[in-house]
Amino acid sequence: MLWSAIVLALGAIKRNLMRSLLTVLGIEIGVAAVIILVTIGNGTTAQVQKQIASMGSNLLMVSPGKRMGPGRSTATPFKAQDAQAIAAEISSVSAVAPIASQALTAVYGNENWSTSVVGTDNNYLYATNRAISEGRPFSESEMRAGAAVCIIGETVRKNLFGGEDAVGKNIRLGKISFEVIGILQAKGQAGMGMDQDDTVIIPLRTLQRRITGNQDINLIMVAVQDSASTSRVQRDIEWLMRERRHITAAKEDDFTVMDTKEIAETLTSTTKMLTSLLAAVAAVSLLVGGIGIMNIMLVSVTERTREIGTRLAIGALEREVLFQFLVEAVILSSFGGICGIAVALAASAWLAGLMKIPYVFSFGIIALSFLFSVAVGVIFGYFPALKAARMNPIEALRYE
Amino acid sequence: MTSFTTNYGRPFVELRNVTKTYGSGQASVQAMRNVDIRVEKGDFLAIMGPSGSGKSTCLNILGCLDVPTAGEYLFQGINVGKLSRNQRAILRRYYLGFVFQGFNLLSRTSALDNVELPLIYRGVRSHERRLRARRALEAVGLKGWESHIPSQLSGGQQQRVAIARALITEPSLLMADEPTGNLDTTRGHEIMQLLTQLNQERGITVIMVTHEPDMAQYAKHTVYFRDGTIVEHHTNGGIK
Repeated sequence: MLWSAIVLALGAIKRNLMRSLLTVLGIEIGVAAVIILVTIGNGTTAQVQKQIASMGSNLLMVSPGKRMGPGRSTATPFKAQDAQAIAAEISSVSAVAPIASQALTAVYGNENWSTSVVGTDNNYLYATNRAISEGRPFSESEMRAGAAVCIIGETVRKNLFGGEDAVGKNIRLGKISFEVIGILQAKGQAGMGMDQDDTVIIPLRTLQRRITGNQDINLIMVAVQDSASTSRVQRDIEWLMRERRHITAAKEDDFTVMDTKEIAETLTSTTKMLTSLLAAVAAVSLLVGGIGIMNIMLVSVTERTREIGTRLAIGALEREVLFQFLVEAVILSSFGGICGIAVALAASAWLAGLMKIPYVFSFGIIALSFLFSVAVGVIFGYFPALKAARMNPIEALRYE
Repeated sequence: MTSFTTNYGRPFVELRNVTKTYGSGQASVQAMRNVDIRVEKGDFLAIMGPSGSGKSTCLNILGCLDVPTAGEYLFQGINVGKLSRNQRAILRRYYLGFVFQGFNLLSRTSALDNVELPLIYRGVRSHERRLRARRALEAVGLKGWESHIPSQLSGGQQQRVAIARALITEPSLLMADEPTGNLDTTRGHEIMQLLTQLNQERGITVIMVTHEPDMAQYAKHTVYFRDGTIVEHHTNGGIK
């Protein structure tokens, strides 16, 4: 019975090839969208994890404001002295880098490029695991004097200088001219639109005096010695900051100390949530594809009323007619599922390459979307099939 | 389907005091009133009458597509009125063949595929289906037209395909609902000759509805319907 139903269904599909293919397309797009979004989402998650791992596992980020919720923007920013205090008073700390940043346009000759200008010191390079590929880091006197010197990332170098030699040249940031003293070793494109090479590093004091005009620091990076416990250092920093910021015992912290693992977890949970959200949106398109199948099956049933009448007259059972149309719907939807999987595999591999994120193959999501597409066929094919099976053969035969 | 044994010594099919009412209450219409018909095995019966006289209703009941409101329809001794929808489908599948006025072939489907359709529901294997479908098409004079689709065939040829489809299951009863209604006179006579031939050579019982006296001449018996009852019944000499 199954085989004859498949034969009948394939015959019907072949007779309405164009319409069938368009219906298949609806399911195909739905399935492909789900798989592509989940694959890209998983790739982004993997990329974020990899990127944070590359920052080193024993790094703490101290930032003003609470982790979530209100008060983040109103919290008092840090000052350079806070960073100095951490370096001086907390044990087992290998580097402390105060960071303030500002988005600015860098100009060289006719070229300009808007980038993020980071005011910090040489400890930043150490804490973030970055090396200088050409030129040199800041000197002690440049730091102290707030000299107009900068170290540029690979993306900035490429966009401003192209093939030209950059070290020793002057670029303009805002209204001030800076001498390029070094170039950061390229770290590569990051996920989520973050390019770690799209940056210009200048001495903290230069940024504060000549660009932002205040003493604020947005972030303090603290590198912990390998042998020390990160959580112990984290706790020590919290106590020190409470003291320095005069927070009474009853009050909550108005700053946050996060270690990279926590950041990784936060970001991973964010990307995972985004992935599920996008997959859910894509699943809606699969649902729409299902409604497309129902629509086509209803049209098909109406159009083939006389055929159904004939089949019933020559002795087809109700359940055989039901089964025929159900099988037809399931063949359409599962064929759409298979095509969607093929499209998704190709497209997500290509997109992963384009977005420079790892391609994460997941058999689970492929199996799941295939099963889902079959289920769509059964669910949305059932009603039209039932309509066909319940027809009165006498009326169906006379249908014009 | 072991219960469907032929009851020898009784008429092949028999309507006993059959009444068919459509609708209920004030709006009800009596399509058939106290009709009695007996058809012997190997008979060829023509049912005539103006439209709305109840002849199509009668054919639907005889063809097990519908059941009487009152009275009994015995098909080889089986009371069809007591059968479920699916049981009647099985009965049609194994004992009945249908030919319709509008041919009712599957469009965009080759003659061969159309003819083998009933065998699919009987679970006959593909190879045998093909073989029998070819033979059936040959029997109706359409050898060489197997791969043509209905729109490539003339009306007469389409009706021959439909007859081949009805024949392929070797039915004991062939129901023909105005089989010549959509054909010109020449093609109509050809179809009638084919039906007569099947009736005589294969012993297939034929019941046909028609409103053309010319075509009714081919039958052995003719009944006339008017307002839901049989008003006249006679035996033909038969045109040879």
